[in-house]
Amino acid sequence: MFEITPTEWIAIRLSLRVATVATLVATPLGIALAWLLARRDFWGKSLLDAVIHLPLVLPPVVTGYLLLLTFGRKGLVGGWLADHLGIVFAFRWTGAALACGVMSFPLLVRPMRLSIEAVDQKLEQAAETLGARPLKVFFSVTLPLALPGVLAGMVLGFAKAIGEFGATITFVSNIPGETQTISSAIYSLIQTPDGDAAALRLVMVSVIMAVAALIGSEWFARRATARLHGN
Amino acid sequence: MLRVDVEKQLGEFTLSARFESQGRVTGLFGASGAGKTSLVNMIAGLLRPDRGTISLDGDVLDDTAKGFHLPAWQRRIGYVFQDARLFPHLDVAQNLDYGRRMNHLADDHAQRTRVTELLDIGHLLDRRPGKLSGGERQRVALGRALLAKPRLLLLDEPLGALDEGRRAEILPYLVRLRDEARIPMVYVSHDPAELRQLATQIVLLKDGRVTSFGGVKVLQG
Repeated sequence: MFEITPTEWIAIRLSLRVATVATLVATPLGIALAWLLARRDFWGKSLLDAVIHLPLVLPPVVTGYLLLLTFGRKGLVGGWLADHLGIVFAFRWTGAALACGVMSFPLLVRPMRLSIEAVDQKLEQAAETLGARPLKVFFSVTLPLALPGVLAGMVLGFAKAIGEFGATITFVSNIPGETQTISSAIYSLIQTPDGDAAALRLVMVSVIMAVAALIGSEWFARRATARLHGN
Repeated sequence: MLRVDVEKQLGEFTLSARFESQGRVTGLFGASGAGKTSLVNMIAGLLRPDRGTISLDGDVLDDTAKGFHLPAWQRRIGYVFQDARLFPHLDVAQNLDYGRRMNHLADDHAQRTRVTELLDIGHLLDRRPGKLSGGERQRVALGRALLAKPRLLLLDEPLGALDEGRRAEILPYLVRLRDEARIPMVYVSHDPAELRQLATQIVLLKDGRVTSFGGVKVLQG
């Protein structure tokens, strides 16, 4: 009953790979946008904020379909990428990573933004008077102080990416070994006679991963407070 | 020599200050709300004047007519804030070393020893700012500013956040600094007694304007 079969391992490993790639690619972009939203005022800021949060409120199937229209082989961006750089998203695991990255992005950015906002700008000024140029101020003061929040955002984004279902299955379908993540494997199994036991095992795996991620994210958040107080 | 001739609108408040200072320690005196901190922030380059010029030893730092503003990080002007502003994620040694690293200065062991001895902070080097007393924090902030080898040192009420006893603890260090460090200073305070002990020249600021300028005698009025 508790023996995980090789096919289930394939889904688990694929989910881990998809979520890891999605998180690692989304993180630098997330940090940059979080900084922009926390520290700069510019025209269209609320629009940018809304676009980042869109995947949180749109039906996942809509996000998936929009990704298919844009990044599919005949899509505007997808067609160009395939022709010029040889990067294909449609029905590949890379597409699953893209879908998971987009869906988890709002959850990843939010803690990053909050932790950058919490960094005292007076410290950044002090760094400037000591001769640090803006980019160095960011890497030597802002980012280290915001680091626990950045890690919390990564953990939360990773957890969301592991569980993503709707956008992924719409965009890249449900191909075992290529795009069948834990979630889509569970979905297939519960539609198969005798698939209950296998589905239950994968359900337990995803519950454990989600709980671990939440505990980890909470731990990083507590570290952030300690760090800001210089203890 | 520091020359300041600036105007700045801050909400309802207009700051319009003009003075030249040759002194070793220029005391910037005025009640709270007189515009002292804004003026010092402009000298540091953290605040841009609306109109006017600032220059130090002949080098122009701000000239609004030419649209010129040298950013704070290029000015080499040290700043000791009232609230110390030590970096909480770095220990004292790393805080002290920060300015040297940012300015790509060579490691100057003798200078570091001199400053840590002058300020009596050698025993604090591996502590985090969160574990320091208010007076210790302020001394480390002084050391950090000095070790960046500034051309001018701004001190904005460095004793303001400390109680009476702590002030008496720091003041002798500031006197030593004035006599030994050979860096011109601008010292902001609303305490005449403090300035009488430290300053060689006084700029009196009232409601955003310089009302008098001269020797320490100005404080009597």
